Amino acid sequence: MSSIAVATTINDDDVEFLCQPDETLLDVLRNRLGLMGAKEGCGTGDCGACSVIMDGRLVCACLVLGAEAQGRTIETIEGMATGSELHPLQRKFIEHAALQCGICTPGFLMAAKALLATNPNPTETEIRFWLAGNLCRCTGYDKIIRAVQDAAAEMRGEIS
Amino acid sequence: MSFDAAYQSKVLKSVGTRPLRPDGVDKVTGRARYGADFNMPGQLVARVLRSPHAHAKIKSIDTSRAAAAKGVKAIITAADLPDLTDGNRSLFAILDNCMARSKAMYDGHAVAAVAAIDEKAAKVALQLIEVEYEVLPHVVDVDAAILPDAPVLNDTIFTKGVEPIPKTPSNVANQAEFGHGDVEAGFMQAEVIVERSYKTEQTHQGYIEPHACVASCNTDGTAELWVCTQGHFVYRQTCADLLGLEVSKLRVTSSEIGGGFGGKTHVWAEPVALALSRKAGRPVKLVMSREEVFRASGPTSATSIDVKIGTKKDGTITAAQATLRYTSGPYPDTWAEIGAMTSFACYDLKNVKTVGIEVIVNRPKVAAYRAPSAPMAAFAVESAIDELAHKIGMDAVDFRIKNAAKEGTRASYGPIYGPIGIGPTLEAAKTHPHMSAPLGKNQGRGMACGFWFNFGGQTCTDLNVSADGTVTLAVGTVDVGGSRASLSLIAAEELGIDYQDIKAVIADTSTLGYNDMTDGSRGTFSSSMATISAARNAIEVMRHRAAMMWDIPPEDVYWEDGHAVAAGTKHGNRAPLSVKEIAAAAGNTGGPIAGHSELVADGAGVSFATHICDIQVDPETGSSRILRYTVIQDAGKAVHPAYVEGQYQGGAAQGIGWALNEEYIYGSDGRLQNPGFLDYRIPVCSDLPMIGTQILEIPNPNHPYGVRGVGETSIVPPLAAVANAVSNAIGLRMTHIPISPPRILAALNDAARN
Repeated sequence: MSSIAVATTINDDDVEFLCQPDETLLDVLRNRLGLMGAKEGCGTGDCGACSVIMDGRLVCACLVLGAEAQGRTIETIEGMATGSELHPLQRKFIEHAALQCGICTPGFLMAAKALLATNPNPTETEIRFWLAGNLCRCTGYDKIIRAVQDAAAEMRGEIS
Repeated sequence: MSFDAAYQSKVLKSVGTRPLRPDGVDKVTGRARYGADFNMPGQLVARVLRSPHAHAKIKSIDTSRAAAAKGVKAIITAADLPDLTDGNRSLFAILDNCMARSKAMYDGHAVAAVAAIDEKAAKVALQLIEVEYEVLPHVVDVDAAILPDAPVLNDTIFTKGVEPIPKTPSNVANQAEFGHGDVEAGFMQAEVIVERSYKTEQTHQGYIEPHACVASCNTDGTAELWVCTQGHFVYRQTCADLLGLEVSKLRVTSSEIGGGFGGKTHVWAEPVALALSRKAGRPVKLVMSREEVFRASGPTSATSIDVKIGTKKDGTITAAQATLRYTSGPYPDTWAEIGAMTSFACYDLKNVKTVGIEVIVNRPKVAAYRAPSAPMAAFAVESAIDELAHKIGMDAVDFRIKNAAKEGTRASYGPIYGPIGIGPTLEAAKTHPHMSAPLGKNQGRGMACGFWFNFGGQTCTDLNVSADGTVTLAVGTVDVGGSRASLSLIAAEELGIDYQDIKAVIADTSTLGYNDMTDGSRGTFSSSMATISAARNAIEVMRHRAAMMWDIPPEDVYWEDGHAVAAGTKHGNRAPLSVKEIAAAAGNTGGPIAGHSELVADGAGVSFATHICDIQVDPETGSSRILRYTVIQDAGKAVHPAYVEGQYQGGAAQGIGWALNEEYIYGSDGRLQNPGFLDYRIPVCSDLPMIGTQILEIPNPNHPYGVRGVGETSIVPPLAAVANAVSNAIGLRMTHIPISPPRILAALNDAARN
């Protein structure tokens, strides 16, 4: 199969790449573009470790073809911090000990970012159901929820 | 240098605080490098061909068409991994499990592997390998495997541990017995007896990161391995043994590990990747798919357990016994033995007997899963204890308190306990607000206790003081849940400097002495002991350097609060020298300043926990929902309390998943039906409530700060706590884990019919 040329925007940068027609966006990010923050935990859209935001929508990069990125805007974990300044979610995940092994963390952060973009003041239940597509095996989710709640409060201007 | 590990009661400044973890920024920015995040120049991609049969003789493997395919650089079968195990049965089992030799023993068993220029070429090659199988009768169920008509899976297995040794082979690999007293006499004294059988299904650790490694063998006999593992030194030894490499010439670097929970303590892919690299003459990357992880890594045992406990009406247990059958996969192991040891460890019993029976089945080779074997035993025993308490009309907590083990108790598995936490966790449960919170309709509360041994083992650390007075701490226990933070706190405490001035790293196998793996809740326990020892050695060096700087005898210098201090008044009014000042002068006082430590961390204090669970059951559908959950556990000393809480919460969540949902489902053909996270359902965020924690600190007398391991015990009580909660909610005793909606519904329907 011949490769497809794709032009897209990733973390505000114009990016061009060649990929195979059956190659996933996750494989393109990891193997062609060196963006290894998205992880493959299952390859079937069940674990959320590869979560990225495409045109404002939370997606599993393992379920998107690389070719589908044509003309789209992709946000990955590598673009979450602003320079050396961490995003409030990133900071609060560290402060609340919301990660242990950390393999699921980039996915959770992208999912939480997408949540707060649509709902800046989610209830605990809303957070739990929004993040239900992201698996964490270490934390029991307790500290993740608290980190998201705390980050949301800070982003709303309620300094904690 | 001799090291005094005895507990010293003192005020701690750093230990017990909650600073930010040193690996946090890397992990929230996507920079942390896990197993699959590493590449080498010229690297090939490997894929493994796996048996589709549960049990089959491998008659022939023809790799010629695959070898001729474009892009294929190497193909291996068992013939490329010759048997160098020299009669070592457990090492042979690892070898045979890595690559099936004469027979495929389970669905997913590796039979061949390919290294090619990319994944696509490797996958094409797999389809071109022709394996001729003779399918054999299989057995996957623990009880079916020990029936007289079961197919015997290995005709060289004659049950060990029974006298006389049987003359015919069977699927019972070994039998082990523990206990003391006279259980028959004890049951004669009992006024009430509960006797029941329980089952638990096989579960998987469910780490989110699949196994991954990059192997590079050189023609000069040296090799490198990058791998996600809980024990890179152990992997080095095993791989060197299996491949005939010299141990010191194989350098193994542990990546960040994306979860292990015991499942990354054994090699599967690594010897295969090394053998492929050796044959191809190029680096080889091998990453398992999720399906391969489920089918062909190391899940836990399925079990079948009979428990009998007798008590007087005043709540005094007179006798307890259990027979525990555990599957170990296709090879002999000791999982039932461990289960038998743990089963009654929470209680002070005069008459107790446990028998562990190890059962061979056509399932993947079992690996450790967090307090391996203990949760199933606790499920059976704690269910029976709960039922007995109901029968004699005694509160379930009071009944346990009355029979709880204490200091001086002879454990059911042999040793005499020192100071332990089972009593205090039960007392804490009794007064916890959770215990008296109201319950509504269709809701039930359950509680249960759990025990784990904890382990110490061989440990080595290096502590290097840099010229600016900051400190690098190199440890050899893989950080699975925040140990770089906890060990930095320990170093800061002992040296008397700021946590921020310590940088902890996990050293590779060529830069530090041997370390046992991170298992048995030993990471922080044992490496903290070695860190304290190394810090004390560094302090000794710094005392001498300060003496040199002052030109006074070293015995007149003591260490206090991060400074060298000149003793008394005879040396004048000298300002104490800080680590920074001593380090800055090091070039003129004898060179680099370091402290090293090599030790066997003995005296890991045993660990106990009590959990409380509230659940709501929907009688229409059988579905259930955890409403509230509380973990109370003895930590000895919580070094970084936030990560201790994390261990408590994470273990509880895994146990809840095991109790309610998770199970390996095999078809009648012996093939795994649910090798994916969609059908093997681990708890998600919306399944769980916040998980309350209460940390008790009963110091371990064998650690300078009183630390005990905390990582594993939290998974021991949940199966029973959840089962007791469901049983109390619906008024029916649930004896088969997982207590999934169909099982609850079936129990309710059966009860309605009868």
